[in-house]
Amino acid sequence: MKIAVPVKFVPDLVEELTIDAGGAALDTSWLRLIINEFDDHAVEQAILLKERGGGEVTVIAAEAEGVDDFLFTAAAKGADHLIKLTGDFSGGMNSHAAARALADLFKEIQPDLILTGVQAHNDLDGSVGSLLAEYLGMPYVGYVAGVTSANGSVIARKEYPGGIIAEMEVKLPAVLGIQAAEQPPRYVAYNKIRQVMGTSKIEERAIASLDSNGGATVSRMSKPEPAQRATLIEGSPEEVANQLIGIFKELGVM
Amino acid sequence: MEITLSPLSPSVSKTFLANLIQLKDGERFRKCLQCGTCSGACPFGYIMKFPPAKMIGMLRADIFEQVMKTDSVWMCVSCNACTAFCPTQIPITAALMTRVKEELLLAGNVPSELQAALANTQRYGNPMGESPRKRSDWAAGIQPEVNVLGKTRQPVDVLWFVGDYASYHPRMQAATKAFAKILNTLGVKFGILGPEENSDGDSQRLAGERGLFEMIAQKNGQAFRKYQFGEIITTDPHAYNALKNEYPSLGISYPVRHYSQFLEERLDQIKPMLKKEVQAKVAYHDPCYLGRANGVYDAPRALLNAIPGVELVEMSHTRINSLCCGGGGGGMWLDGFQWEKTHSRLSEWRVKEAVAANADVLAVACPYEPPRFEDATKTVEAAGQLKVREVAELLAEAMGL
Repeated sequence: MKIAVPVKFVPDLVEELTIDAGGAALDTSWLRLIINEFDDHAVEQAILLKERGGGEVTVIAAEAEGVDDFLFTAAAKGADHLIKLTGDFSGGMNSHAAARALADLFKEIQPDLILTGVQAHNDLDGSVGSLLAEYLGMPYVGYVAGVTSANGSVIARKEYPGGIIAEMEVKLPAVLGIQAAEQPPRYVAYNKIRQVMGTSKIEERAIASLDSNGGATVSRMSKPEPAQRATLIEGSPEEVANQLIGIFKELGVM
Repeated sequence: MEITLSPLSPSVSKTFLANLIQLKDGERFRKCLQCGTCSGACPFGYIMKFPPAKMIGMLRADIFEQVMKTDSVWMCVSCNACTAFCPTQIPITAALMTRVKEELLLAGNVPSELQAALANTQRYGNPMGESPRKRSDWAAGIQPEVNVLGKTRQPVDVLWFVGDYASYHPRMQAATKAFAKILNTLGVKFGILGPEENSDGDSQRLAGERGLFEMIAQKNGQAFRKYQFGEIITTDPHAYNALKNEYPSLGISYPVRHYSQFLEERLDQIKPMLKKEVQAKVAYHDPCYLGRANGVYDAPRALLNAIPGVELVEMSHTRINSLCCGGGGGGMWLDGFQWEKTHSRLSEWRVKEAVAANADVLAVACPYEPPRFEDATKTVEAAGQLKVREVAELLAEAMGL
């Protein structure tokens, strides 16, 4: 089975986020990027499928700071092919542009199964998987937390609210939006990554132009603004605790 | 949790032993008497399926792959007790335990708690996953201002390697500030690397991540080379051990001292400044990587003895026989794993000893310890009044800082 995993990089929330002078986007000068957590799970799920049933895993990412290291780490985990999309992405790449660029690539490499993170925290658009399926004429199931392969199809385990789990048989080729792999993304020893850097190759694919049509436009971006009813309690831990006890008594919860 | 090493091979024992004897003093593994002292000295030996002596026995019997199938070795806190008491001085901690962890890590068999700390170290240069840019945030408000070398580029006498927990842990920042104030009061011309400082990497190395250790050591080495300083001092015994014993083989060689040694040398200058009495019975806990691994037992005690009002008492495990806090060799990031196995904590054991010694204060000199021991005072009966203080904090208090 040929498994393809398109991934993207998102702002690392360990660093403070600031909004640029235009007021509608993040200030990228201080931004550090990190793999989208759901995409990291998609890679893990792909490796698990390969370990269980064989196959080839291709991981695809658009050029960004840290992408090479991530791709080599994926290879150290067991990915067979690494592809880096290159081009002018300075204006950003929304889900629609990404899906169009990836669809062209997938028409060429013809994977049996495409796994991608069901969403990313930077735009919460969640549409790359479903758009890809539409452009490629494949079925799509999102919010998947576990995949097993069966003759010519896969069984996708999907979690619903209220503790309900569905198992769906999906005919291949198909696209799955991964919410969680069956196990947390594995750690690979740094020496293994270093070895892979010497033996693996990252294939570069130029993307001539991006078509962002259909995406949402951000009109204003701001930090959360405190609501009127919020009260900030200040002071030493003892003072704060005393004030809290007073408030709890007032509210009748204590 | 059963661990499988794949692919299994009957030559596992022979290959492993051949690699082991290549390491420093590795030949001594052939001379093991099988006396079992190491297993008895190990604070977790009672819970391991294969405590150290048994591991060596399995290795000699060519059935070492059975050891590699268990997760025994992740209970090892790299405290060096086994090594310290071995009559043949076999490097059990440095070679055997660490090599087994390295093999398991390469095979991908790592408890998930530990993985997060290693992944954080790889990405952020510290095991907690804090922002590297905030590494010197603790210094805000200290006067005169702490000299971050990347900003001032001034030559200094002393480069202070602050370390991970001393930089970021909210409890430890109090001790870090206390030491900064002491240096300022003594008029020491010092600087820190701030955002350019990375984890010393020693605990990650002892948890089996040799490659990661080398990578971040090189980053620290590059930072050291950029600035002019006379010597390195550090508030972290793990950093002290790495800088003194491990970095030189990577071509990173500087004179280094633990802060207690640095201050002991200045005791004549410090003594007249210790004006405030600290009335307390103080039990000093020897950190594994200051005491047993590097033989520094007296400097911290000399500092404590100089404080008026302090009465030093000793706990039942002391000096070379000190008891690990549980944080070494990756233990700092395996609390849940250790708890699952033993339903006890080494830190609680230690706090019970402090209570038994009638101590009012448990004094420490390693940044892993205050959070661990303070937590233990909350769960150990009769430990409610026991205070956990860094030696630097007690000194600063006596100096009225």
